[in-house]
Amino acid sequence: MLQVYGTELRSRLFLGTSRYPSPAVLTAAVKASRAQVVTVSLRRESSGERAGQGFWSIIRELGVRVLPNTAGCHSVKEAVTTAHMAREVFNTPWIKLEVIGEDDTLQPDVFGLVEAARILTADGFEVFPYTTEDLVVADRLLAAGCRVLMPWGAPIGSGRGLNNLFGLKALRAHFPDLPLVIDAGIGVPSHAAQAMELGFDAVLLNTAVAQAADPVRMAAAFAQAIEAGCDARLAGPMEPRDLAAPSTPVIGTAFLR
Amino acid sequence: MKILVNGAWRETGAADLAAALHELGYGEAVVATALNGEFVAAGSRPGARLTEGDRLEVLAPMQGG
Repeated sequence: MLQVYGTELRSRLFLGTSRYPSPAVLTAAVKASRAQVVTVSLRRESSGERAGQGFWSIIRELGVRVLPNTAGCHSVKEAVTTAHMAREVFNTPWIKLEVIGEDDTLQPDVFGLVEAARILTADGFEVFPYTTEDLVVADRLLAAGCRVLMPWGAPIGSGRGLNNLFGLKALRAHFPDLPLVIDAGIGVPSHAAQAMELGFDAVLLNTAVAQAADPVRMAAAFAQAIEAGCDARLAGPMEPRDLAAPSTPVIGTAFLR
Repeated sequence: MKILVNGAWRETGAADLAAALHELGYGEAVVATALNGEFVAAGSRPGARLTEGDRLEVLAPMQGG
């Protein structure tokens, strides 16, 4: 079981709700993924269309826990204000804290992130910071009150998998008991399985499922991959070696030359 | 008076934020509000006075990653 801020979760997949071809596909994909947590956001609501009300009704019917984000925020003030608005609308202290520092890569502004995390934690929020694999930043986020970290695998929506294996392994080794969720950059289920094999606690992804040709089937594939990767980690993988080691016993081999 | 609602100028006779939301047609919708960049909790809307040129943001649940 994964435990984050006192909540126990069976599923180690956090699924985004954006960019699906239709609400029906979104619903089916969430069910197929067996995710217990989905990410949501806030946007301007037109009094005429009321698109947000329809979306919220779909999410509530799914019976999953929501993790609101502060996507699109580029400053501490924007992120903190958005977090307060999200807490009221979604009725949860959880916040996926994003403070974007650069638009081409959507790389987090880690300085603003730490400051916003400090403010929000002091105000009773349970912060899930979208961060890099930087160890010093991780330390600062913990000092700011975060009890889970969400390092990026690769830039959001890039589908490139785990870009900096060395850095991510170092982060895992440095914080062996801290819940670490790989957030962003996952493209295919093998990336997610790899993250779990490395000892990460969960994976948060969106585009890889939503933009697949068959999102529902891909959601199920990710669920299987994450479960397999987690089991593999617990099973204790063998150490790789440079030279071959025969798997078939050599004793008793027939002499046929 | 005119206020900026989600980036568009709107004419309103409402004196406070709660009345403005009602007048603008949000009714019982689940929304969060910010006035001039500052969060205004639902319970504080009746006390949030409006003045000419105020910037109002009305946000609702949306898909997110």
